[in-house]
Amino acid sequence: MQVTVNINGESVSHDVEPRTLLVHYIRDHAGMTGTNIGCDSSSCGACTVHLDGEAVKSCTILAVQVDGQDVTTIEGLADGETLHPMQQAFHENHALQCGYCTPGMVMAAVSLLDECPDPTEEQVREGLEGNLCRCTGYHNIVQAVLEASGSTT
Amino acid sequence: MIPVAFDYERADSVDHALTLLAEHGDEAKLLAGGHSLLPLMKYRLAAPSMVIDIGRVSDLSYVRQDGDHIAIGALTRHRDVEVSDLVIAEAGLLAAATAKVGDPQVRHRGTLGGSLAHGDPASDLPATVIALRGSLVISGPGGSREVQADDFFTGFLETDLADDEMLTEVRIPRRPDATWSFQKFNRRAQDWAIVGAAVVVDGGTCGVGLVNMDARPVRAAAVEAAVASGASAEDAAALAADGLEPTADLNASVDYRCHLARVLTRRGLEESGR
Ligand SMILES: Cc1cc2nc3c(=O)[nH]c(=O)nc-3n(C[C@H](O)[C@H](O)[C@H](O)COP(=O)(O)OP(=O)(O)OC[C@H]3O[C@@H](n4cnc5c(N)ncnc54)[C@H](O)[C@@H]3O)c2cc1C
Ligand code: FES
Ligand code: FES
Repeated sequence: MQVTVNINGESVSHDVEPRTLLVHYIRDHAGMTGTNIGCDSSSCGACTVHLDGEAVKSCTILAVQVDGQDVTTIEGLADGETLHPMQQAFHENHALQCGYCTPGMVMAAVSLLDECPDPTEEQVREGLEGNLCRCTGYHNIVQAVLEASGSTT
Repeated sequence: MIPVAFDYERADSVDHALTLLAEHGDEAKLLAGGHSLLPLMKYRLAAPSMVIDIGRVSDLSYVRQDGDHIAIGALTRHRDVEVSDLVIAEAGLLAAATAKVGDPQVRHRGTLGGSLAHGDPASDLPATVIALRGSLVISGPGGSREVQADDFFTGFLETDLADDEMLTEVRIPRRPDATWSFQKFNRRAQDWAIVGAAVVVDGGTCGVGLVNMDARPVRAAAVEAAVASGASAEDAAALAADGLEPTADLNASVDYRCHLARVLTRRGLEESGR
């Protein structure tokens, strides 16, 4: 089936099988490999992207389901050489070690602040419950999100 | 993990979905948010040859006041239920239980109708709708019918829906004065409940639905009867597991589940001011 998706502001169109997952469409067909696959079973959040502005797990969505919709991936956040404030906050707070969870974590964090612009630490922790990190122990990630929201403690 | 190949059609209305269901019979599966069906298809525990996507039937996504009840479209996403002012004010238990489903990404995709139609005893929302004495509106070739939540869940992942029918609306009685509590016991933040208790108290009566305490989502009828006849929260909650047949798994034995049901029901009643 012909599936057209607006990825990071650019219209992308490919002929794919209905069973093609959105994450595979993004990585293998659109060629954007910033979005990672971790668990492949909707648990880890590594594959998080924005669909019409909201965080979703792209391993649990079919590409055909989003035909005609807007997807933003980690590649779409920075403005040229200027990092998105969330990316900058992750950088400054050392909120990553191996970096595998980071694209999904950043996308989830941006969506969280869209819905809850001035979160408490607890709200940040709950808001990121769908994203697993095996390295950092979460502390610096939570700090980074609080800093990006302007409510650093 | 990739599902078995299937044909795909997108329905643009309820009538279109019903026509497609009638054409394809039990080979077809409706796809709403896909957050129960797609994992099953990826694990190849389900392999429909036709997937009918109802995710964009946007006129089934609404929350509105309708006489003495709140009407919620079957395709309303969890997130929209969770933040609905009307649901928070007049069916607070449903808003609270919905906020406990999975994680934000899951709640951006999953729908109330999909959660109920899936009929999973481990889901938070079926037990909640039972506690609230909700009903479900089902459309089929012969028109539409309304079924009480108690009669909708018939067995493990089985409901009263026929192959050619779909769920269109969920109705929850408006109860602005009720107090409530949603008790979900799990070991990690985004996990499913090991056991859960959805409790709503309104005057001298209460509604109690239990998660993961039987093959299907169930009502704790003995607890409700005890509360109605004036028993204390503790005495009533002691009856929570009566007559129920939970299963054992890695997380919990049958005895432990029964213990959790009693404790969570007591906490739920107490937190609701009973
Ligand atoms: C990581 C993860 C964690 C989760 N955690 C929880 C949790 O903690 N608690 C919880 O309760 N749930 C949880 N869920 C399940 C989630 O709530 C699902 O969204 C929900 O169970 C199914 O809704 P859906 O819209 O995605 O349905 P789908 O997956 O699209 O459909 C599910 C089933 O219902 C049928 N169906 C869907 N809509 C209709 C309709 N309108 N009429 C007739 N049949 C229909 C489909 O054919 C299918 O058989 C979790 C899911 C994931 C992926
Ligand atoms: S890869 Fe999608 S949630 Fe883990
Ligand atoms: S930085 Fe390694 S998994 Fe998060």
